[in-house]
Amino acid sequence: MRAHRLRPIELLPWLAAVAAYFAFGSYLPLGSQIMIMILFALSLDLVLGYAGIVTLGQAAFFGVGAYAAGIYAVHVSGEPLSGLVIGAAAAAVTGLVSGAIVLRTSGLTLLMLTLAITSLLEAAANDATSITGGNDGLQGVAIDPILGRFDFDLYGRTAYLYCLAVLFLSWLFLRRLVHAPFGRSLVGIRENVVRMHAIGAPVRRRLLTAYTISAAFAGIAGALLTQTTQFVGLTVLSFERSGEVVIMLVLGGTGRLYGAFIGAAVYMIAQDQLAEADPIFWDFWIGLLLVLIVLFARGGILGLADRLTLPPRRR
Amino acid sequence: MTAVLETVRLCKRFGGVAVANDINFRLEAGARHALIGPNGAGKTTFVNLLSGRLAPSAGRILLGNADITRLPQAQRVKRGLGRTFQINTLFKGLPVLENVCLAAAEHAGFGARMLRAAGAQRDTMEHAFGLLDRLGIADVAALPVKELPYGKQRLVEIAIALALQPSVLLLDEPAAGVPSAESSVILDVIGQLPESVAVLIIEHDMELVFRFARRITVLVQGGVLVEGAPAEIAADPRVREVYLGERQHD
Repeated sequence: MRAHRLRPIELLPWLAAVAAYFAFGSYLPLGSQIMIMILFALSLDLVLGYAGIVTLGQAAFFGVGAYAAGIYAVHVSGEPLSGLVIGAAAAAVTGLVSGAIVLRTSGLTLLMLTLAITSLLEAAANDATSITGGNDGLQGVAIDPILGRFDFDLYGRTAYLYCLAVLFLSWLFLRRLVHAPFGRSLVGIRENVVRMHAIGAPVRRRLLTAYTISAAFAGIAGALLTQTTQFVGLTVLSFERSGEVVIMLVLGGTGRLYGAFIGAAVYMIAQDQLAEADPIFWDFWIGLLLVLIVLFARGGILGLADRLTLPPRRR
Repeated sequence: MTAVLETVRLCKRFGGVAVANDINFRLEAGARHALIGPNGAGKTTFVNLLSGRLAPSAGRILLGNADITRLPQAQRVKRGLGRTFQINTLFKGLPVLENVCLAAAEHAGFGARMLRAAGAQRDTMEHAFGLLDRLGIADVAALPVKELPYGKQRLVEIAIALALQPSVLLLDEPAAGVPSAESSVILDVIGQLPESVAVLIIEHDMELVFRFARRITVLVQGGVLVEGAPAEIAADPRVREVYLGERQHD
């Protein structure tokens, strides 16, 4: 509740991102992918970590954002910033409409509905070949220079800095949101929905707002993927993507924003490194890591860090 | 006297079982009214009907002069109806102060603000802290609720309801589960509530009821058995029968 001034450690991810830009030139495309997944995991943290909505359908919004940005680039304009807005808006509308239905339920029903909606969208995208390219993916996505000046280069430098800037602004917004009364009321809903009703909070409207905002940011992440890879494939809407982002967030720690940063980075880097060393067996190690985290460190990697650094009282 | 809260032939049936049966009830302005009855009499159901957690099968509920029978919980709270829960219903992982601030923010109408409302937030926090101070739990304001002993959690339960500045307060067994040595603190808090608040208390503890209530309603099997001043209730043979009968089972 105290004024949430920026703590120095909160600058760490940004310093790391800038340092990585100079230190790991050949890894910049991976860096962009990581930042996209961080943004995606951040969007999930708002609903899952803060509001306690357990969803397996976050890929629906990522995918809608990705396709919307791709279709916009192919048919309307390759201007990237307006493409992001289109991706965010399309995903937000999807979130608003689907949220109005799924948020009437809870628990397993809600989980299954979010999953079903993603499957529906994936099937629709597969079927609508004339719009989405179906199974072959959406080809011919050409993106103009950012602000008319910064061309997407072969080494992924522009893409990296573009993702970094979008992630930074999104983080600023979401950080503000979770510390504002709105964000605290989401935590209240997560902690005790019965009491939130009893103190006069319009719970469903609050949840729907959060769901819509979350969808918009997932859409931005999807649009970023489209614009930086200049391609949209069906996997943006896949169940695996929904599951993967949940794993990343749980790995890092839910309900604290930075879990998304740690979780996505650890997962993506481990995937990259392990897949290189052991292309067949790498997800075994990811799975093992997750089992250990869930069993022994409920708060994820950051929860573990708390336990090691904070006195017992503050756990 | 004017009624601030009234029910007219209020009924609630679960399947074929009537858990609230034609309840006509009036809570006067400034009331200190107790609702007693044996286990399973439908006391908590009645509170849930009043607060809007349950929808009645028939009958009407009036708050002030307005019919609130169909209003959702949030709207009733906005009109001044506050409640506590028999079983702690708290934001367990959050600090005590934030538990109260959440309620204060909703009451002040900025619970949905997406930007920090610095001035208003400071005001509610000061108000919330003052409330904790009054209830004698300001020293634990920064602790997560789940780390508090049960008796203090019961006080947080009341503090959250008071942060809504209700004109009608429904207390569902506020001292339930608290060792009698600690319950006096809770009784003191309830005793010191301002006269402007009409209080309906549900209670098992007869000592508490007779110390606090100026009017008592006895509920048995979902229906009102008798209502009157404490002396009348204490002398009523039917009440003695219901209660002495139950006491022996305890």
